[in-house]
Order: sequence, then C-alpha cells, then structure tokens
Amino acid sequence: MTRVFPVVLWLSLSLALSFLVLPLVALFVRITPADLLAALGSPEARAALRVSLVTSLTAHLFVLAIGTPAAYLLATRPFRGRALAIAFVELPLILPPAVAGIGLLAAFGRQGLLGEELAAFGVSLPFTQAAVVMAVVFVASPFYLRQAVAAFEAVDRELIDAARTLGASPAGTFARVALPLASGGLLAGSALAWARGLGEFGATIMFAGSLGGVTETLPLAIYSELDRNFDAAIAIGALLVCASAAVLLTAKLLPRWIRSSPTSPLHSATSI
Amino acid sequence: MDSLVADLTVALRDFDLVAQIECAGETTAIVGPSGAGKSTLLRAVAGLVRPAAGRIALGDQIWFDSTRGIDIAAERRRVGYVFQHYALFPHLSVERNVAFGGRRRVAEMLERVGIAHLAPARPGELSGGERQRVAIARALASEPRVLLLDEPLAALDTRTRASVRGELRTLLASLGLPALIVSHDFEDAATLARRVGVLARGRVLQIGEPSALVARPANATVAELLGANVLVGEARAGSDGLTVITLSDGSVLRAADPGSGRVGAAVLPWDITIARSAAADSALNRISAAIESIVELGNRARVRVGPLTAEITIASLRELGLREDERVHATFKATATRVLPL
Repeated sequence: MTRVFPVVLWLSLSLALSFLVLPLVALFVRITPADLLAALGSPEARAALRVSLVTSLTAHLFVLAIGTPAAYLLATRPFRGRALAIAFVELPLILPPAVAGIGLLAAFGRQGLLGEELAAFGVSLPFTQAAVVMAVVFVASPFYLRQAVAAFEAVDRELIDAARTLGASPAGTFARVALPLASGGLLAGSALAWARGLGEFGATIMFAGSLGGVTETLPLAIYSELDRNFDAAIAIGALLVCASAAVLLTAKLLPRWIRSSPTSPLHSATSI
Repeated sequence: MDSLVADLTVALRDFDLVAQIECAGETTAIVGPSGAGKSTLLRAVAGLVRPAAGRIALGDQIWFDSTRGIDIAAERRRVGYVFQHYALFPHLSVERNVAFGGRRRVAEMLERVGIAHLAPARPGELSGGERQRVAIARALASEPRVLLLDEPLAALDTRTRASVRGELRTLLASLGLPALIVSHDFEDAATLARRVGVLARGRVLQIGEPSALVARPANATVAELLGANVLVGEARAGSDGLTVITLSDGSVLRAADPGSGRVGAAVLPWDITIARSAAADSALNRISAAIESIVELGNRARVRVGPLTAEITIASLRELGLREDERVHATFKATATRVLPL
C-alpha cells in the first residue's frame, strides 16, 4: 500500500497536466510561426485585435478608477451591510456569463429597466462598443475588487493611524501610505482582471453582438473564423494564450518584484 | 506652555475607560497592566478613537467636547504620537519617514536624536533602538503641541532600554512640551515622568509624584503595580498598638499602619532582609521558606522566598553565598509594612 499511494498521486498530476496542456500545445504545433503571423495580419484579425484592446483597456480604466476606492472602503471601514456588499461584488465570479449578458440586456436594453430613460437621451447601448465595455467591466471587475480588498486589508492599521497623527488627511493617507503599500496586490489583481476581460465571450455576444470592427473582439473572432478559416482561428487562439501566460506570470511575480517589506512593524522587528 | 486636559469615557470590550488627566507642561506617565485601557487613552487624545463622552482640550483649543458636538480630526490636532511598535512606513526611507509630517525640521530632528547617518536607510534595515529614534524624530518634526508615547521602552531589549531611558528623559526635559506616556513598568514611568498615574481596569486609581505613590499607595492594586509584595489577610488591632494581620496559611504579620478586616499587607522588595539564621533583630515580621529563584539584574538580585520577592545587592548575594532551594529567613519591619484596602 505504501508504494501505491505516491504512484496514484503522481499519476493523477500527470493526467491533469497532460489534459490541461495538450490543447494549448495543439494550438502551436498545427501552424508554423510564419503562418501564424500571416494569419494575424488578416484584416479580420487586426480589426478584432483593435476592438479587443480598445474595449478591454477602456473597461480596465473604469475597473481601476472605481474599484480601487470602493475596495479601500470595503477593506477599512466596518459598516452595516459590508458582508452583503462583498457578496454582491463577488457574485459575478460564479455567475454564468450568459446570465450576465441577458441581465445587462434586461437592465440597459431597449426594452430594459432603464431603456426608456436612456432612449430619452438618445442613447442606445446594445450592440455598440460601449456595450462590450460594460460586459467586460461586469465580468472582470470582481477579480480586481477581491484582490484589492485583500491587499488593503493587509496594510497595518497602525500605519494609517500614524499618517493621520502626522497631519495627513484621510485622502492623503490613502494616497501616501495605503496605495503604495498595497500596490503589489493591486497590480496582481489588475493583471488578472484585464486577462479575464480580454477573454470575455458570453456576456459580450449577448449584449453587444459580434459586429466585425465594432464589437467583434478576439474571442468572438475565433468563433466566427471557425467555419471560414480554421487556421486564422488557431492563430488568434495562440495570441490569446500568449497574452494570458504573460498576465499570469506578471500576477505571480509582481508581488515579489514590488518587494514591499512587511507592512506590520511587528514582523519586521523580529527580523533583527 | 499649554496644558492638556482630558476628561473622557470610552467604552471598551469588558469595561469603560473613565479617566481625568491633566498634563500641564511636564511629563505625565500612566502605568497599568496590559488591557487596562492605556493605549485607548492615548488614541482618544490623538483623535484615533472617539470617546462616548467627555472633553479633551489643549490650552484654549478644544479638541473634543461631546456636549457641544466638537470632534477635531486627528490630522488637525497636532499631536506627536510615538507608537509602541513605532509604525514606521516601510516603503519610505528614514529621511522621508521623518519628513512625512513636515519638511522644515527634518535635518535638525535627525541630528537631535543622533541618526543623521541613517537618513537613506529603510526601516527594515534598522535595529529596534534606531527605529525608536526615527519614530521620535518623525513625531517631533511635525511640530506637535503635545507628545504621546505608547510604551516607549517596552519593545527594546534590556541593554538598549537602560540607555534609551536616560536619553529619553533628557530629551523630554529639553522639549518643553506636555508629554503623556503610558507604560506597564513603574520604574520606566518613574524615571521618565514627574507625575505618575496608576490605571487599572479603566480607572485612574491614584496620581502623584512617584515617591509619594511608593510611600503611600492608595490600595493593594496600586502597591502591586509599583512592584510591592502584597499579602492578603485579616487585620485587627493588636495589644501592642500595632495591627496584626493573619494570612491564609495562619502566619501572622505586624504593621504600624492602622487597619481592620480583609486587607493587603504591602512591603517593597528592597525593604526585605534575607538571612541564613533567624537572628534576633528589630524586624517583627519573618517568613521562613526555601529560595524558589534568584534573578540577577545588573548590580541587584531578586530573590523569591515563599510569597515574597526580595531585592538585595549582588554583593550581599555573593557574601551570603545564597543558592536556590536553600531555606532562609526573610524579615521586614512593621514600619515598612503598609496596610492597604484591597
């Protein structure tokens, strides 16, 4: 028995790894790097790349600008309903993207909750680039918020207090102490959220459709190229694999690169 | 110089902190066991904790007044707060830590606490004593109107501590600022402050000059915090004009103080004599027991005999050749025995 158990463990890991890695390898062995670059040069692929970059980066700006202060509040102030607020923030993590898409339509679509109000201002969101941005924000922001709350919670409260007694306003304390000390975690969360947004498919296709050059992002392009040009679909897939790998590596290494010494003076005091 | 007046109630988990402190241009120390509410008192003065009721003022400037709805934000109170674990910003150099609250006097303050050469270092590279200097320089550079120090010596090792205590005392005297210190150690407090208050379970039990506290502790809790031995017993008036205290093990002490009922008999460690033989001397109180432990501290030794801790010099320890487990007699005079309410 003592011999069998380690074998079972190693066998399980090997099976899991092969299954997870094989599809990725398949993307790269089917076509040569030269063909890959050529396929990416096609007008369809370039349009999709442009749409993806514009929408995911715009969405990311919203996620950072609104998510960072919101996460700071959740991490530092105990208020009524905080646990509920955190639950709502995390819900999109496990929500099926199709549900997110139909929900966005039900809220902002022409027949939706706010449809009439939006129409009164001459705004129609569905099937526009703004709709892509909204879908990406909806599914990607929880990845950033969760990490950001954890990063702010890890900042020693006493440092915040010290900043206040030294004359820094709450906003000054946030900018000069909390933000730099949490930056490692914030950047890691930011990378994960951007990667999730870049790969967004389900909510986007339902709320924004797949209009070439307008709302067709890279993942949507893979789907529409599938029938027309399988190699092009593969090439876009390979590109997304590279982007994801880069992001994962960044997210894992960033907290170590930003070698913020432990924020708790208790910990650092024991190191002498 | 302005005086700091705090009269406040803060709800803690198990009890309320109710304190009236006046710190008029001198150093005041508050001594108490951990969990007594010491840090909460400082945090309330600094504006980091909001009292349930009360008033805090520095001179004619009111920082907090629950009846008038005044609560000045922490960053506008101008307190210099030295945190127990220093709370240095780990992402900033020593110089930028000190400059955090005000750039004008950075060089002067680094010079003053003797760490000018450490200006470019990060807090993570410093020793405990150096960190404390940074924390003090940082608090002073913000040009505070009152200085608050939370256990300024507790995080230091014994050797650094003695020298820092002396330096800190000199520094505080030269600042001309009202300073409020909290500490769990009476000796530290007595060295640093002219006035010492004793805080236990959220109440200030006694406040006064250290020598007055030692001579006349208000009750057994205060005596214990000052480091006295407190033996609990039943007191009654004796025939010789002294008070007779019967301890729970049946042994009897005599004291010159009046008293009756359940009391604490307090005796200071340095008022206890240790002898090998039960010599006839003028000390009326004798407890005979084996030596439990001997702890040497500098030129003195603390010898634990039965329920008592005696403090004798290393010289007499060597002369007597005392060893642990050896049976000895600990004696102290009735006039050195305080009878205190519990």
